[in-house]
Amino acid sequence: MAEVEETIKRIQSQKGVQGIIIVNAEGIPIKSTLDNSSTVQYAGNVHQLLLKARGMVRDIDPQNDLTFLRVRSKKNEIMIAPDKDYFLIVIQNPTE
Amino acid sequence: MEIVYVYTKKRSEFGRQCNFSDRPAELHVDILPDISLAANFTVRDPCNVTVQCAEEMSEHEVNTERFESESRGINHVEGGWPKDLNPEDMEVTIRYRKKVEKDEHYQNTIMQIAGLMEHCCKQNNATDIYQEFFEEEDDEVVEESEEQPSAKTINVFRDPNEVKRTATSLCWHPDGNHKLAVAYSSLEFQRAPNDMSFDSYIWDIENPNKPEMTLKPVSPLVCLEYNPKDSHILVGGSYNGQIAYWDTRKGSQPAEMSTIEHSHRDPVYKVIWLQSKTGTDIFSASTDGQVLWWDIRKMSEPFERLVLDPSKKGNLDNALGAVSLEFETTMPTKFMVGTEQGLVVSCNRKAKTPAEKIVCTYSGHHGPIYALQRNPFFPKNFLTVADWTARIWSEDIKESSIMWTKYHMAHLLDGCWSPVRPSVFFTVKMDGTLDVWDILFKQNDPTLSLKVCDEALCSIRVQDNGRFLGCGSQLGTTTLLEVSAGLCTLQKNEKAMVSEMFERETKREKILEARHREMRLKERSRSEQSREDEGKEADGEESTEELVARAEREFFDIMEAEKKKEKINKVYFVYTHDALCSSVIGEEAFELA
Repeated sequence: MAEVEETIKRIQSQKGVQGIIIVNAEGIPIKSTLDNSSTVQYAGNVHQLLLKARGMVRDIDPQNDLTFLRVRSKKNEIMIAPDKDYFLIVIQNPTE
Repeated sequence: MEIVYVYTKKRSEFGRQCNFSDRPAELHVDILPDISLAANFTVRDPCNVTVQCAEEMSEHEVNTERFESESRGINHVEGGWPKDLNPEDMEVTIRYRKKVEKDEHYQNTIMQIAGLMEHCCKQNNATDIYQEFFEEEDDEVVEESEEQPSAKTINVFRDPNEVKRTATSLCWHPDGNHKLAVAYSSLEFQRAPNDMSFDSYIWDIENPNKPEMTLKPVSPLVCLEYNPKDSHILVGGSYNGQIAYWDTRKGSQPAEMSTIEHSHRDPVYKVIWLQSKTGTDIFSASTDGQVLWWDIRKMSEPFERLVLDPSKKGNLDNALGAVSLEFETTMPTKFMVGTEQGLVVSCNRKAKTPAEKIVCTYSGHHGPIYALQRNPFFPKNFLTVADWTARIWSEDIKESSIMWTKYHMAHLLDGCWSPVRPSVFFTVKMDGTLDVWDILFKQNDPTLSLKVCDEALCSIRVQDNGRFLGCGSQLGTTTLLEVSAGLCTLQKNEKAMVSEMFERETKREKILEARHREMRLKERSRSEQSREDEGKEADGEESTEELVARAEREFFDIMEAEKKKEKINKVYFVYTHDALCSSVIGEEAFELA
């Protein structure tokens, strides 16, 4: 329990990180450093995106599986690390 | 020879059941062979009989009716909380969350993926992995100049009505270019079926299944234009000669229509928005020979009228029917009209008298001028599309065009310049092909020729970015095509080369014109002299009959000459093809000629 907290704090302290969200398989945000409305928005949208991305990867090669997803936008980068039951979302503003 | 077998039965025996019995065979008729008939037949040896041992199969085609589907989506916002939990309740949700956090599986998973995530975060901070390298060199080196010009169909918009009408005119939405307004009507004289719908549609290019908006005029629209200043206003010219304008915010019915008495008497073939302070002026042209100017706020009557009478008398009976109009906002006082008779009339708006309005005419086409457009980069040169050719003219040379395409096998029905490249223009033909011409690359043939559909293509419009173009066909199918990058990016020195080419051709035509004038003068002076000398020969003009007879004679002479040439060519072929054959065959062939 404490290790999880520590890890999250470590990621949070990285340069440019704007927020971290942990979401479970049902789309419920478990932990978040952002406000509720943004959290809910991210959780819902990322969940759908993950399903689509994973589906695509496995469709092309059934032996393959999604390990990581990066969405780079004009303002920031959204990194998603998926797992079977949970996924971790980190929003970072990369240094230019 | 009739073979008849007769039997009798007693009336009392009718209706009795049949009693079958055996009896020996009886000979009723014996037809003996008649040998003389054999003379009418010859033995055929060998007989060719084709036999095939294959399964008999029949071919059937089935196509389901068009299935209209709409895309809908649901977005879950608040995750899948268990049924008994009320997501609004703060305490319960916090408790749930804490429970999950205590779960060991959770902790293990998070440790794993957090490690992966940290790696990526650090990576981001270390270097910018999406950095653009070689940015300055991009313009020179990475140009796809080797790319073959191509165009591909992006979307096809079909007329949703049962009775298909021709897509006579298209107009792109002025901002954003996501919408295309298409005018549908049937231009075949009196052949429009009674239940033909009058509607025209505005399509969203992303959705080809259903038009975004319907415009319901009183009579089918022949042409349609968006107001370049206000993208909600469209003006349309209809088949019965009236002009109507729509405001897309107000609905499908026209906001206002011109009165029948003051409108055109023939279908309005082209309407163009003018550059004015109020942004509400339009002018329209029709085959009744008039060009009318309207203010859309007051559609009860046009505020100006011009009759296209080449004798400059304003006589409507002599007037030339107008089929296309051209107006360039950079030259607001001039405009050009393309007529049914094949003449392009250049007019000046600011002239005081109607007689002075018509400045000059350009002749050279054999049929109605379906499209007329100035080159967006070189306004002194304009493109006309008519009969079987497309011609490029220079304003200064009135006798002939400076450049022209060859005569095609099918009529050319519409054309336009590319708004981004001065040397590229597009034409569409009656056999359903779209031609893309690049005059810097090839002058004799189109750079790209695509067969878009099987029926005639009646209209074409290029979007302002030069990349997308829409073409409408006779059955109401509008096809949206995307052109390859090479055809819509300005090449280096393109403007300079095109301007050089136009100047060179203009100069050539000028020289030719001067020569012609000289020759004509000489002819005239010679004929005058000969008339003085001999006095008898009524040189004058041959009567039309004589001209026709002479033309016939010349035609048949040419035919004979061609036939002879063909025969000689055939002989040549026989001779060269079979080098082993003896000279006998050669002589035989010669005799044919």
